[in-house]
Order: sequence, then C-alpha cells, then structure tokens
Amino acid sequence: MFSRAYRAVVTIPPLLWVTVFLLVPYFLLFCYSLWSVSPSLNIVHSWTLDNYRELLGKGVYLETLFRSMWIAARVTIFALLLGYPLAYYLSFGASKHKDLLCQLVIIPLWVSYLVRAYAWKTILGSDGVLNTSLQYLHLTKHPLEFLLYSPFAVVLTLTHIYTPFTFLPIYASLEHIPRSLVEASHDLGASPFQTFWRVIFPLSIPGVLAGATFAFVLSLGDFLAPLLLGGPSGIMISNIVVSLFGAAYNWPLGAAISLCMLVFVVTLLFLSERLERKWSYR
Amino acid sequence: MGGTSTTVQSEIVQPKDTASSLLSIRNVAKSFGQHSVLRDISLDIAEGEFLTILGESGSGKTTLLRIIAGFENATSGEIWMAGERMDSLPPYRRRVNTVFQNYALFPHLTVEQNVSYGLRIAKLPKAEIASRVEQTLGLMKLTPYAQYKPAKISGGQQQRVALARALVNRPRLLLLDEPLSALDANLRRQMQVELKSLQREVGISFVFVTHDQEEAMVMSDRIALLRMGQLEQVASPREIYSRPATAYTAQFVGHTNLLRGEVKDGIARCNGLAWRTGLRDGKGLFSLRPENIRAATSAGSSVRFRGKILRQAFHGATELLQIECLDGLVLSVRMASRQNWQGDLELEFSPADAVPVRESQERD
Repeated sequence: MFSRAYRAVVTIPPLLWVTVFLLVPYFLLFCYSLWSVSPSLNIVHSWTLDNYRELLGKGVYLETLFRSMWIAARVTIFALLLGYPLAYYLSFGASKHKDLLCQLVIIPLWVSYLVRAYAWKTILGSDGVLNTSLQYLHLTKHPLEFLLYSPFAVVLTLTHIYTPFTFLPIYASLEHIPRSLVEASHDLGASPFQTFWRVIFPLSIPGVLAGATFAFVLSLGDFLAPLLLGGPSGIMISNIVVSLFGAAYNWPLGAAISLCMLVFVVTLLFLSERLERKWSYR
Repeated sequence: MGGTSTTVQSEIVQPKDTASSLLSIRNVAKSFGQHSVLRDISLDIAEGEFLTILGESGSGKTTLLRIIAGFENATSGEIWMAGERMDSLPPYRRRVNTVFQNYALFPHLTVEQNVSYGLRIAKLPKAEIASRVEQTLGLMKLTPYAQYKPAKISGGQQQRVALARALVNRPRLLLLDEPLSALDANLRRQMQVELKSLQREVGISFVFVTHDQEEAMVMSDRIALLRMGQLEQVASPREIYSRPATAYTAQFVGHTNLLRGEVKDGIARCNGLAWRTGLRDGKGLFSLRPENIRAATSAGSSVRFRGKILRQAFHGATELLQIECLDGLVLSVRMASRQNWQGDLELEFSPADAVPVRESQERD
C-alpha cells in the first residue's frame, strides 16, 4: 500500500530512537551491573556477580526495597479508595458539569510535580499551614513532628499526586459499561447496591488494575517526594540508586539495583496486563 | 367495533374488568423538557395477552415501554398492575421483566449465570434455582451453551438467553423492546413464530415493541398503534388491517389507496368513481386495499372502472400494479402473478371494501 521509501522514513526514526535511548542504555546498565569499582574508584571491567550478592546480602538494600513497596502499596490503596468513588460519582451520579468535574480532577496534573511536593512541605512543616492552624485553634500545644519528614508525608503526597492516575482508567472503564446492563440488573430485581457489586464493580476491574498498576509502579520508583518530605525514615529505593550513581560513585551496584527494579516492574506490568485481559470481555 | 378492542386516542379508559386486566396505563404523559414524547396514553393489557406497541421511530413506543419497566418516570398519569399502583416503584421492585433491544447480557457471567441472576437476587433455594435454570435453558435449547460467555455465542442464541433470563423469573408481564431487530430476516421470521408459541405456552402477558408492522400482525393479539406520542388505534391485527380508523393507520399497516372525495345523498364520489355509502354528506376519505381491487366480472353491484398499467412490481405470489384510471387517479392493485399485463384493464371493487377513515391530525 505504501511505498518502501515511505515506510522506511516512517519506521526508521522511532526504531533509532528506541535503540539509542532505550536498548543501548539497558544493555550498558546490564554490563555495569556485572562490573565492579576498585578502591581507587575506577570501574573494573571484569565480570562478577558481587553487586547482586551485596544487594541480597546487605540488609539496608532489601529493607529499603521492602519499605518502598510498602509505601507504594499504601499509596495504591489510598489512591484507589479516593479515585474509585470519585470516578463512580462522575460516571454514574453527576449528570451536569461532568466534563468540568473531570477537568478539575485532571488539572493538578498540569502543575509541576515539584511544586505539588513543595506545597505539601509548606502544609505539613512544623511552621506549616496545618500545624499553625492546629495551634491557633488550641488543639495542639506543640507542632506535630510526625507530619513532615516521615513515611506518612511521603504516602500523603504520593497519594495526592497519583490519585488522578487511578481515577482516569477507572473512570474510562466505568464509562464503557453499557447503561442497559445496569437497567437489566435492576429489571431482574437487583437493588442499586447489589447491581454495583454484581455488575458494575466486576466490569470495572480492568480499570482498577490499570489504575493500581500506575499508582504502584510510579510511586515505587519515586525519588522526589521521599527526598523532599521523607526524612531519614522515609527514604526509598530510588534515593539509594541516585546516591549510588552520585556521591557514592558506585555505578555497578546502582546498576544492579536498577536492573532488579526494572525486572520487578516489568513482571508486574506483564501480570497486570494478563489479569486485565482476563477480566475484560470485549 | 366496540368493546375493549377499539380504545381510541384520548378517551379515558378505566379498567372495565379488573380481573382480566393485568396492566392498566392511565393517562400517561411524558415530556423531556419542552419536548412532549407521550401524550395522554391509556391502555389496558389483559392477562395472557400479546400486545404489540407499533410505531415508527420517534413515536414514543420505547419510552412507553421504559415507563412500564420503571427506567423512566412518567410526567403524569398512573400505571397499575394487578390492582396495585406501580409507577412509584423503582424498577427492581416491579414484577415485570424486560428483554432489551441489544439483549444487555452481562458479559462477565456465563449463560447459566446470566439466566440465574434474577433467582439468585431473589435468594431462592439453590436446588430450586438449579432446576428452574435447567428447565428454562432446556426450553430455549440453550443447555449446550450453559457455560459459555455471551460473547462466544451467536446473535440468535444471545437473544434466547435474554429471553430465558427474563422468563426464568416467571414474571406476570414480559416487556420486549424490539428484541428481533438485530436478527437477519430468516431467523427473525422463525423467532416470531417461536416467540408467539412460547407466549401461548407460558401464558405470560407480553408487551412487544416494534416498528415492523408485519411482525406486529404475525404475533399480536392486539396492536396499539402509536403515532407522535398518541395512540392512533388499538385493535386486533385483523381489525386494524381491515377496518383502519384513520388514514395514518391504513397507510402504516399494510399498503393502501386513499380515496379523497365527497359524499352527497348517500353517494360517495371520488375522481369519477361513485358508490353507495351510509355516510353523512360532506368530505369523505376512504381506504381501499390493493388486493380488494380485482379484474371485473360481469355480475355484481361493484364499482367498475378502466385503467392503464403504469408500472408493475413482482412480489412472488402476487404483483403490485400501478394503474392510472379516470382523472389521473393512480391506484395500486395487487393481483395474482401472471406473465403479461398489457394495455387497459377492466377493474372493480366492492363498495364495502372502501373503508371510511378519519383524516389523521397533523401534529408538530
């Protein structure tokens, strides 16, 4: 249908892009993860599995990894708990201003991520909006210290940032449910509550899975929120990778951790897609 | 004419015999904003009756069905079922079931789970659910597909699942919203017959919505013809065909010739044709079915005329001729098929077959 030249012109740039900016770096990352660093901070180009041994052997890495997962899991749960009812309301409840309300949910995405994280810093800090208000109202005598520089702050901020990412796929899947199915369910005697659990929720599971995957994967790899708001107890795995590539100058170990994360996330995405497919019927 | 079978237009109908009237629609009107969709509909449906709501698209027939099912609220009027007022109940508290136009089968449930849905909601004992589902699947010839998801079976099978899912609940009234419109012509004709015999078998009242007048005639005990949100005529298929009340009915149900003329001193005159009639003097409008015009024979008191064949259309057993007669009047005539029609024809019809009809009101 299209000429050879045309096809070449269209396909070569993206192929080049993917090769140069994705495949080659992945390959380099893989190589680095099998190299090591000499005491004089030179990269030793001989193959070794030491980095992986260190990763599994030293408690701090696994601990941080599990903490990151635990933070990401909480973010996912809260983002779903916020995003689902919101999507449900917009899809089934609100008839007027539906588009406007949708835009309002999406607008925060236009604001720089950094700005939103800083906003939480000003809200949660010991001289922040929340603490001064609480003290002004005489509800607390001293600033609440756990608000900032804690996993709590990280979970709160990431939940705020990633709720639109759970909202959108859930909303899309709810909008795709033919309203005649809801009517059919009512027609067969099911109350709105029964209809939700037996028809609407099962049919929205692909959206829930997609949203959960977004929230989990994005917050698992997050490094700004823990950097700005996490404090020592809120450090996540990406912070470690950043410091290994930076100040610590241990690229091979950093590469090994990155690669493990990559494999983990890709597996997760693969599983989630399999599940989504299992739960969709069209 | 007369009796319950010819409830015409805005007449207020009280159920004459509450024992036999299952559903009673009283003065129901519906408007969406400024737009009036249904105006003052009153209609009774008897126990075990097959009633078809017939109308072209935009006539309000689906809206009327949705009001009975409870998916829409009437702007005014009442709906009674078996002596209880039903219009204030939400759809899940009404003892009616619906077969949807697109079937609306639950895609995540198997055929069996779809069919058992209503019974599980009603929390019937497991054994009873199993036996009723099995019986209904058998009745609908769906047993081999019990474990299939709806996407894996054909349109005709989906249609039967939709029917089974409704019938398994043993409703007293089944609403069907153009359930056959998605099927191809042959399957459709087959389903018309099956549906009708099924309805006789189970003895449930059916309210069937369609835009297909042929389908309506084949299946119904009575047809309620809806036009622009008002009932044009409610009668048995035979009566609605042979004695249409209005010009619209005559034209919508079957094919007809409308003869516009004058009645004076018991004689109707129209484009040079004349016949005796019992009507009062004034303007007259008559419906004359094409099959009631025949080749002239020597005897009888029929109206005779000559005509020239303009066009002919072959329909298999019959053919439809366009015949130009006196004063440029063109009539459709249905004749048994024959090889050659040539030249002028001598034709006739009985005055009794020229049925006086009312002019249909123009509406916005």
